[in-house]
Amino acid sequence: MSQRFFIPRDTTAVAVGANEVANTLAAVLSEQVSEATIVRNGSRGAFWLEPLMEIETQGERVGFGPLFPEDVADIVALSPADRTEHPKYLGKLEEHPWFAGQQRLTFARSGLDDPLCLDAYLSRHGFDGLEHALHLPPEDIVDEVTRSGLRGRGGAAFPAGIKWNTVLQAAGDEKYIACNADEGDSGTFADRLLMESDPYMLIEGMTIAGLAVGAQQGYIYLRSEYPHAWEVMHTAIAKAEAAGYLGEGICDSDRQFHLELRLGAGSYICGEETAMLESLEGRRGVVRAKPPLPAIEGLFGKPTVVNNVLTLAAIPTIMAGGAEAYAALGQGRSLGTITLQLAGNIKNGGLVEVPYGATLRAVLDQFGGGTRSGRPIRAIQVGGPLGAYLPEPLWDTPLDYEAFAAAGGMLGHGGVVVFDDTVDMAQQARFAMAFCAEESCGKCTPCRVGSVRGTEVMDRIIARESLDENMALLDDLCETMELGSLCAMGGLTPNPVRSALQYFPEDFA
Amino acid sequence: MDTERLLAQLLCQYENTPGGLLPLLHAVQEDLGYVPPESIPAIAEVMNLSAAEVHGVISFYHDLKTSPVGRHTLQVCAAESCQAAGGRALEHAAQEQLGIGFGETTDDGSVTLEKVYCLGNCACSPSVRIDNETYARLDATGLTALIANIGQGEGAS
Ligand SMILES: Cc1cc2nc3c(=O)[nH]c(=O)nc-3n(C[C@H](O)[C@H](O)[C@H](O)COP(=O)(O)O)c2cc1C
Ligand code: SF4
Ligand code: FES
Repeated sequence: MSQRFFIPRDTTAVAVGANEVANTLAAVLSEQVSEATIVRNGSRGAFWLEPLMEIETQGERVGFGPLFPEDVADIVALSPADRTEHPKYLGKLEEHPWFAGQQRLTFARSGLDDPLCLDAYLSRHGFDGLEHALHLPPEDIVDEVTRSGLRGRGGAAFPAGIKWNTVLQAAGDEKYIACNADEGDSGTFADRLLMESDPYMLIEGMTIAGLAVGAQQGYIYLRSEYPHAWEVMHTAIAKAEAAGYLGEGICDSDRQFHLELRLGAGSYICGEETAMLESLEGRRGVVRAKPPLPAIEGLFGKPTVVNNVLTLAAIPTIMAGGAEAYAALGQGRSLGTITLQLAGNIKNGGLVEVPYGATLRAVLDQFGGGTRSGRPIRAIQVGGPLGAYLPEPLWDTPLDYEAFAAAGGMLGHGGVVVFDDTVDMAQQARFAMAFCAEESCGKCTPCRVGSVRGTEVMDRIIARESLDENMALLDDLCETMELGSLCAMGGLTPNPVRSALQYFPEDFA
Repeated sequence: MDTERLLAQLLCQYENTPGGLLPLLHAVQEDLGYVPPESIPAIAEVMNLSAAEVHGVISFYHDLKTSPVGRHTLQVCAAESCQAAGGRALEHAAQEQLGIGFGETTDDGSVTLEKVYCLGNCACSPSVRIDNETYARLDATGLTALIANIGQGEGAS
């Protein structure tokens, strides 16, 4: 009876012990007579179940987790019929409620196979979207993306089709695709998971973007905090090139697209698209004034599509399945699926992909499992460090860009950071200012100086010094930053600060 | 290979790379552990920049260093998701156990301690990174064991 064992090699799985589980498994299997292979797959994103081990026997694949190395020998020894009795038995993961309740498009393949195995990618509809796009004129590809309603997943939620059309219409034949893989927001890991678990999908999406706008060169700007994603992407690019999916003559056509992976150097602001372009050009990551838009004058002064990893990774699905199928999901102007990343003090942390429109509370109830500490949830920061801290009454906001904006929040890149009732919101407000002071690119005074002053004022508020005066000062500083900042770093840092003040005033009294 | 030859080789490699300064600086740091200030004039010349511009780039990025750091780097995640799950306690524990502050290196030159803002392990916060390995769902006891291990790895090598 031949068996396959799957143990994820994704960063978080490894960070919680997957390599130790895999080593133990290898040792246990080496003493067995029956045939068995170990596959180091990507992760399915149910990080609360990692380290996870799946066993495939005669086409049926069941999971166990979260495991300690000492669990492995017992599980391997079980006959398939006895497995269900094991306390760590999870059954078929597709049928596990945590997955069955999701609708995975972008992350459909995540965690199923060895991420670098091209045959596995091809066997699960890999490169279908590219094959289709190769037979279309550029205008039709752009039109398909526009009709899908796809909006940028990096934070600003700008319609991807409109951006692509601008680049397509721009004069000149030197154009670029720049993938923003800087994923700096705390509470987010979807870009990382995608690159580590399904790297060819990003390559496919970028190649289609290149065909659509007439770009022959792409760059992925990857943050240095993700060494494993670097390795996987690097190898995937080389393998895709060798197999004719990148480079000259893609899929035996006369089209070409070249892709280069570039490493960031520990700077949050380099996730802002123009700072990213500066960094790609080898300069300090200082934000550029807009206009000109990057779509007109971007990388090396040429028309450039800048898109987030998830935006580009949604493209193959849209091209293969059609714009209508994609746009049928979601609500209002938020179409398709949102990838929420449940993080912070959460029991069942991980990646949840669902159509837009459900409320935050519904998603947390269905998937979150409450806090890991077991204490009540007090505040939720959605959308990264520039997002508001939401109190309980606002958890009924639907996951929809416009609805969140109307509630004073933002969905951003989909990070959901849960805090229990031990959180000190004054400390969180202070951190927002301190983070801005640390990461500001320094171009505008309100951001550069205001955040330093803001940190000092918060220190005085925390020490309860001249409260009224310092609260008024904080309000002034927030207003100056909101009005006088060139980009959202300075402009939105007041979001977490003001929401903390507004909804949790007792922590400032 | 001596420093000069290594540098010459890297300069050749990145000379014609569009926007190649950052990849070049990464490569220099990867091989030498930092970007030696005496290498900056040569880097500037090959990349068609002034030495001040190269300095400006190096000083902008947290990752890039112009002096040697410890043989290992311990980064403790100080961002919100980790804060929500006990990260602030880890920040304190790391400083206490190593007897140094953030941005400092232990006297024996073995460990440099840094803050980092998110390692992408937020579903299993709090998280730290030691060189190229990350660890998550950590508490102070777990951190103590990791720090003790940094020393052990050295004894073996
Ligand atoms: C301070 C700041 C940080 C940002 N960080 C990121 C990031 O890490 N990743 C990202 O994709 N977009 C980030 N953005 C948004 C980008 O500027 C840009 O809108 C995005 O990359 C465009 O791609 P999209 O339309 O596919 O979202 C950031 C913006 C700001 C103001
Ligand atoms: S708001 Fe801050 S980060 Fe943005 S451009 Fe101004 S100084 Fe730079
Ligand atoms: S915030 Fe610490 S790993 Fe993301």
